[in-house]
Amino acid sequence: MSTQINAAETLLSVSTAPYIKSEDTVSKIMWKVNLALAPAAIFGVIYFGVPALINIVVSIIAAVAAEYAVQKIRKVRITAFDGSAFLTGLLLAMCISPEMPPYMTAIGSVIAIVIAKHSMGGLGQNIFNPAHIGRAALMVSWPIAMTTWSTIKTPVDAVTSATPLGILKLQGYSELLETFGGRSELYKALFLGMRNGSIGETCTVLLVLGGLFLVWKKIINWQIPVVMIATVGILTWVFGPEGFFTGDPVFHMMAGGLIIGAFFMATDMVTAPITKKGQIVFAIGAGMITSLIRLKGGYPEGVCYSILLMNCVTPLIDLVIKPRIYGTGR
Amino acid sequence: MKVLKTFRGGVHPQDSKSYTRDKAIVEMPVPKKVVIPVSQHIGAPGIPVVKVGDDVKKGQLIAYNDTFITSSVHASTSGKVVDIGVYPSSYKNESLAIVIESDGLDEWAPGLPLHRDWESLDIKEIHQIVRDSGIVGLGGANFPSHIKISYGPEKKIDTFILNGAECEPYLNGDYRIMVEHTERLAAGVKIAMKSLNVKRGIVGIEDNKPEAVKAMTEALKGTDVQVVAVPTKYPQGAERMLIKVLAEREIPAGKRHSDIGVVGMNVCTIHSVANAVISGIPLIERVVTVAGDAVAEPMNVMVRIGTSFKDVIEFCGGLTKTPDKIINGGPMMGYAQGSMEVPVVKGVAGILAMTKEALCDGEEEACIRCGRCVEACPIGLIPSMLSILGERGRYEEAKEKFGILNCIECGSCSYVCPAKRNIVQYIRYLKNLNWEHSPHHK
Ligand code: SF4
Ligand code: SF4
Repeated sequence: MSTQINAAETLLSVSTAPYIKSEDTVSKIMWKVNLALAPAAIFGVIYFGVPALINIVVSIIAAVAAEYAVQKIRKVRITAFDGSAFLTGLLLAMCISPEMPPYMTAIGSVIAIVIAKHSMGGLGQNIFNPAHIGRAALMVSWPIAMTTWSTIKTPVDAVTSATPLGILKLQGYSELLETFGGRSELYKALFLGMRNGSIGETCTVLLVLGGLFLVWKKIINWQIPVVMIATVGILTWVFGPEGFFTGDPVFHMMAGGLIIGAFFMATDMVTAPITKKGQIVFAIGAGMITSLIRLKGGYPEGVCYSILLMNCVTPLIDLVIKPRIYGTGR
Repeated sequence: MKVLKTFRGGVHPQDSKSYTRDKAIVEMPVPKKVVIPVSQHIGAPGIPVVKVGDDVKKGQLIAYNDTFITSSVHASTSGKVVDIGVYPSSYKNESLAIVIESDGLDEWAPGLPLHRDWESLDIKEIHQIVRDSGIVGLGGANFPSHIKISYGPEKKIDTFILNGAECEPYLNGDYRIMVEHTERLAAGVKIAMKSLNVKRGIVGIEDNKPEAVKAMTEALKGTDVQVVAVPTKYPQGAERMLIKVLAEREIPAGKRHSDIGVVGMNVCTIHSVANAVISGIPLIERVVTVAGDAVAEPMNVMVRIGTSFKDVIEFCGGLTKTPDKIINGGPMMGYAQGSMEVPVVKGVAGILAMTKEALCDGEEEACIRCGRCVEACPIGLIPSMLSILGERGRYEEAKEKFGILNCIECGSCSYVCPAKRNIVQYIRYLKNLNWEHSPHHK
C-alpha cells in the first residue's frame, strides 16, 4: 500500500480552469519548424559547399547570442534557446547567397533579432518576420554581395553565376531554356534544387516535404502556401511575355524563394493574420505582389518584399476578418 | 441516420473517463457531521427555519426563502443542529451554513419516502414539488430547476433536451445514472416534458458512451423522445452547443435557451426531479466522481449534501500523492479549492485531486498569434486578443470590438494555447473589472 498523505497538511494552489493543457509548447513548435527546414538546409550545404555551412552556423549563433544578450540586458526571462532565435538565424541564412561574407550574415542576423524582434517587444510583438527584415537590411547595405551567386554548372554544362529568375529578367525566357537545355531539364533542376539561388531556397522537393510535415503536425495551415503559390502560378501564366496565357507558371512556382517563402515565411504565425480566412487574403496579396515585382519590377525576385508588405496589412486584416460570433449576425 | 452538424471549434482533451467509467455508484455512509450551506444556487439564499439545538430528520426542510429565484435546502441526514454560521463553501467562497451532527440513525422525516403516481399530477403540482424539493441545475449551473421546468406555455417552449453529453474529462456521474437508473431517468424526462407541456424531447449523449445511448433508447422506446448520439467534442455539453447541434437553433447573444423555445436540463438534475416527484425525496444527495492521480481509489460516490471533500476523499482510500490542486468539478471548467474542508454542495459533480505532474501547467509566455485559440473557440471569439486586452485591463474594447460578454468560459482556448496563457483568467478579470465599475455593484 502506498503512503497516506495527510490532507490537512497539504498546501493547495488555486487558479483558474482549465487545469489541463495541451502538450504543445511554443518551444516545441519552433523546433519542429527548424526540423522541417533542416533537409533543405542540408541539401544547400551539400550543393553549395563549405561557404553555405559557415553562413548557416554563423547566422544561427549570431541570432541566439544576440537574443541572449538582449534578454540579459533587459533582465527578462531568457528564451534564447527556445528554438525561435535559432529559427530566425536558420531562415535568414537559407535566404541569402552562399557567397555572402559571413560577417555580413552575422550583422543581418543581429539586426533581425535586435531590431526586428526585440525592439518591437520580443516574440509575438513583432509586426515583420525578423529573418525578412534581416535580409532586407542586408539587401540595402550590401546589394552587390547579396546578388553575387555561386558559379554552377547546368545540366548542359553551361557555366552560370546567375539565378534562373535573374537570367529570365536580363536575358529572357529562351535564353533561360537554353542555359538549362530545355523545359523539362529546367523543371527538373528546379524541382531537385540543382540551380543557383540562396542557400536553402533551391530544393523544391525537400521544402515541400518539410512544409507538408508542418501541415501534418498542424503547425501551419495548408491554405497559405497553396493559395500563395497558386496566385503566383496563375498571374505569371496569364501575364506571359508574349501576351495573355503565355507565361510559364511551373517555372515561376518553383523559382526563386517562393516555395520557402510560402511554406515557411508567409506562414510565420506571429506576422500573418490569425484567422484562416484572413490568412487566405494574406496569401493572395503576397502572391499578387510577388508576381507584380517579378513581371514588372526592377528586381528579379519579390517574395521577401511581398511578404513584408503584407505583414503591414495583417493588423488591418485581423480587424476586418473575424469569425462570426455565435448567436449574432456578424 | 441523419448526419449531425457540429458546432464550430471545440477541442479533444484526453477524456480520462476510464478510471471510473465502469464503476457502479457506491453509497457513502453518512459522515459524523454535515455542513449544509443555505446558498447553493443562483438567487436568494435560503433563510434557516431551524435553530441550533433542534433535532432534524433526513429530508426535512431547513432553509427556505419566499422569493421566486431561490431554492430550498433540506437536512441530508437525521441529527442535531449544532451550529448555524458562516463556513467556507465550494460554491461561492463562503456561505451561511447549517451544521448537523448525525445521530447515526439516518431517519427519514415523517411520510418519506412516499410513492406518487406522477401521471395523475397536474402541471402546477409538479412545479410545486420541484420547488419544494430544492432542485437546482446539477451540471454546475446551480440554477433553480423549478423556474426552468415551469417556463412552459408563456415562453412558447416546444423542445425539451436532456443533456447527457457529459463532455468534461474524468466525470462519469451522468453516465452512471443513465446506465444504472435508466428507468427513473426516463420517467424524469417524461415528467419534465409534461411539466413544460412539450411534445418534442431529445436526449443528447456523446458517442463515447454507447451503452448509455443504448439504455436510454431502450427505455424511451415508443415515446416522442429521440435519443441522439452526438459527436464527442468538448464543450459539447455546453447548453449553447448542444442546442445548436440537436435543435439546430442558436441562442441569440444575451438571451437564454428558453427564449428560443428550448429547455435543456442535465441528467443528474432530471434524475433528482424524478426522485422528488415520484418518491417525494428532496435533493439531499448527489453522485460525485472522485478521481485524479492523487486519489487512492477513484470511484463514483453517492454523497450526502454537506459532506466535506476530505471525508469523501478519505472514503475513496485517501490520498496517495500530494495533490497540487483539489478541483470541484471537471478539469476544464471546475474550480480549484483552497481547502479540503469545504462541503459537497448540490452543484459538485466531481472532486479531483491532481498532482503538479498531471496538471501539465507551463509557465505563461507571450502570445505567438498561432491562432489555435481562435480555431478552438466554439463561440467564434478571438481569445488571444481578449487575453492581451486583459493584461491591459481594457474592458470596453474587449466588449465592443471583441464580444467578451459572449464568452462561455469553456476553457477551450486556454487548453490549446501553446504559450500556456491563462486566457480564461484574463477574461474573468475583465468581466469582474466591469462589474466593479458598474452601477449594480455596491
Ligand atoms: S493559442 Fe495562445 S499563443 Fe496561440 S494565438 Fe491564442 S493566445 Fe496566442
Ligand atoms: S473560454 Fe471563452 S474565449 Fe475561450 S474558447 Fe471558450 S468561449 Fe471562447
